Amino acid sequence: MATSLTAAQLESIAQNPYKQDFPLLRDNPSLAFLDSAATAQRPNIVLDAQRRFYETMNANPLRGLYRLSVDATQAIANARAHIARFIGARDHNGEPQGDAVVFTRNASEALNLLAHTLPQVVELGPGDNVVISIMEHHSNLIPWQQVCAATGANLVYLRLDDDFSITQKEIEAKIGPATKIVSVTHVSNVLGVQNDIAAIAARAHAMGALCIVDGAQSVPHVHVDVRELGCDFLAFSAHKLGGPLGIGVLWGKPDLLDAMPPFLTGGEMIDSVTETGAVWSPAPQKFEAGTQDAAGSFATDACLGYLECLGMDAIEQRERLLATYLCERLQEKDYVTIVGSGDPNRHIGAVSFDVTGIHPHDVASILDMSGVCIRAGHHCAQPLLTYLGWHSTCRASVAFYNDKDDIDRLADGLDQVWGIFNGSR
Amino acid sequence: MEVASLYNEQFMDHVTHPDYKYELEDATHEHDGINPSCGDELHLAVRLGDDGRIEETAYTGHGCAVSMASADMMSDLMVGKTPEEAIALCSLFKDMVTGAEKDMDKLEEELDEAALLKDVSHMPARVKCAELAWRTLAEMLKDGSI
Repeated sequence: MATSLTAAQLESIAQNPYKQDFPLLRDNPSLAFLDSAATAQRPNIVLDAQRRFYETMNANPLRGLYRLSVDATQAIANARAHIARFIGARDHNGEPQGDAVVFTRNASEALNLLAHTLPQVVELGPGDNVVISIMEHHSNLIPWQQVCAATGANLVYLRLDDDFSITQKEIEAKIGPATKIVSVTHVSNVLGVQNDIAAIAARAHAMGALCIVDGAQSVPHVHVDVRELGCDFLAFSAHKLGGPLGIGVLWGKPDLLDAMPPFLTGGEMIDSVTETGAVWSPAPQKFEAGTQDAAGSFATDACLGYLECLGMDAIEQRERLLATYLCERLQEKDYVTIVGSGDPNRHIGAVSFDVTGIHPHDVASILDMSGVCIRAGHHCAQPLLTYLGWHSTCRASVAFYNDKDDIDRLADGLDQVWGIFNGSR
Repeated sequence: MEVASLYNEQFMDHVTHPDYKYELEDATHEHDGINPSCGDELHLAVRLGDDGRIEETAYTGHGCAVSMASADMMSDLMVGKTPEEAIALCSLFKDMVTGAEKDMDKLEEELDEAALLKDVSHMPARVKCAELAWRTLAEMLKDGSI
């Protein structure tokens, strides 16, 4: 078995001090969970926080004047500030921009919020362009299709070169004076490649357009700093980080959030209401109609604390070794084709692949027999797969709580799949 | 270990050496079925005889092993059946893969080899794959499209 990893690196991914923090993984040692790009497993600290919220501070936040409600309100405010720190969103004085952090149900809702409110701000209309990339998840694609259909704007795609990169030339060709909104994923959920957001944002701003980043696949795996990216908005979901299901995050530049109309309306997002009108609360409340999942926000806060305790640099380093080992174990099989870059360093978390002549759903079903969990299908990125000439693929994705054994079990499982279909079992 | 028993040799034989995967030249009925989740695409063709019974069923298309093996087993089973009998068998097959019908004696008696796919009832994500051919046939026979 050929690998570029050193003995010390192999030893480090063979060790797994993290699994014990994750009850589902700890209690199911026969499971090789390689689908963290879909959702991460959750550490004890997150599950405990969720429970602690309900046991010690359960009340409807924002509304009550009594201690419990104040505690719940404070828990949400703390979570916002923590998230702002985590993504480098600070004001001129270096204070975290907690009020620029809007809670949604998921990254999709955060992107829908933008798609419903920004067109009014930028006065999007016929002749204007909205630019996305061909590698978008449907959640950053369909909302813009809808916006363009409703406003008469054109949807323009940044396409990939043969090396799965969006080149500077492509950026300059597609983002021009007619562009009003650019919305691009930071890391592809199919290919695992990372886009040069700083270059895309710089071009967008030079052309007078806004730049939105879908960070669903990057925030869990790499250090993300919105000032370094230079973007105007960042959307991601807590559940891919190891936080609870049902919490999404939208960070936006405060002046833009102020200029945007509300998305959903109702309780908890107004300052005053008359029979004929209402005055909106300032951001972020303006965008958070109805009772929020305060327990989820509190647990998200705890999740970030856990990740910071491990260190995003350490997480990134371990995941790079795991992704490299994963790519190399796949590449050693002549019946496996990696769909995406052959360079392991280009894969953040996810590696898509094809097993020659065997449908990805059959591959996933047979791997499931040995407790190996992978994703199979179009990965909510059908236009990308069509562009690349595939109908569906297999996808294995790693997080820091995976180890060498998980990947070895995938490799062995694939031999079994091949054997079943080719008569050598 | 339902999956292990599903992908057995008999099943795999239908995948690697299908008996009914070809263009039916003199079809009286044709219908397309798709399963968006897998991307399975099936073109199903049937020739009804003068006596109103199915003389031959064949299919073309591509998809996962479950959908293709299921189509092959179904094509074999349908020879000599009336449209009403065929529709009833499609309904019974659906009941089997959704777990609504568990009487193995009855299933083996009526569905013959297709009863091999009973384990799909433990794999909810694959029910649509297994059902594709049967759903397509039932739709075709019910609306009488040619």
